[in-house]
Amino acid sequence: MVVPIGHILTVSLLMFGIGVVGVMVRRNAILVLMSVELMLNAANLNFVAFARAYGSPVGHVFPVFVITVAAGEVAVGLAILIAFFRNKQSVNLNDVDLMKG
Amino acid sequence: MTPAALLFYALAGVMLGSAVMVVTRRNPVHSAIYLVLTFLSMAGIFVLLEAEFVAAVQVLVYAGGIMVLFLFVVLLVGLHRLGGPARTWQALVGVGATALVVLLVQSAIGDWQMEIAPNGDVLREGGGNLQAVGRLLYTSYLLPFELASVLLLVAMVGAVLLALRREAGPGGDTL
Repeated sequence: MVVPIGHILTVSLLMFGIGVVGVMVRRNAILVLMSVELMLNAANLNFVAFARAYGSPVGHVFPVFVITVAAGEVAVGLAILIAFFRNKQSVNLNDVDLMKG
Repeated sequence: MTPAALLFYALAGVMLGSAVMVVTRRNPVHSAIYLVLTFLSMAGIFVLLEAEFVAAVQVLVYAGGIMVLFLFVVLLVGLHRLGGPARTWQALVGVGATALVVLLVQSAIGDWQMEIAPNGDVLREGGGNLQAVGRLLYTSYLLPFELASVLLLVAMVGAVLLALRREAGPGGDTL
């Protein structure tokens, strides 16, 4: 083991926290999508860390699926963003109020 | 402290620093560049943890594919119409709540020492990491693997449909 697994998990936790803060604080939809990517990456780091600790390659399979889902999520998210921008000329999430009562 | 451990801490520092820069930069292009740096540092950490295949996929898909998509949309949308930050009190509440949760979880996991498994070198045996992952992907995880391809197809069709301009031309041509 290169380092104690607690340190790897802490790095992953901090990365996830940064992503959560980005989603909550930024109002730019593109930045929010980037922050979601940070969170998904933090989850991948946990999988790989435990794969290393248990000596099992199964933990390397799941990050591949996570990356696949992330790619699909970004593609659809950015497409929604483009459609929204075409209607409202904005990517500010405060302007996303079409379904607000 | 071994050189590998030093490298891990250096990469982790670069990764967390650039992740902070991603969420704090006002210019989304700068955020995207810092996001590339974050992904590349993460790939380095994956290599240190002997996950070479995941590291390669990380560089190819994230730093190569997803970032191009982000930059494309940022430049398509234009930089001058982007939303500003949230109100100060909202930002403070968000940062405070997240910091609290992070501290709580950190106190639980921070000093977790896990012994390396007795078969810890299994990742290096039998042709290495790529062969092991490939065998798993095409045997035990064949169904999820195929479902992932269906998911990508659905995402692709959905993205094209959503981003398509809805102006039917004379021939019913909508692009």
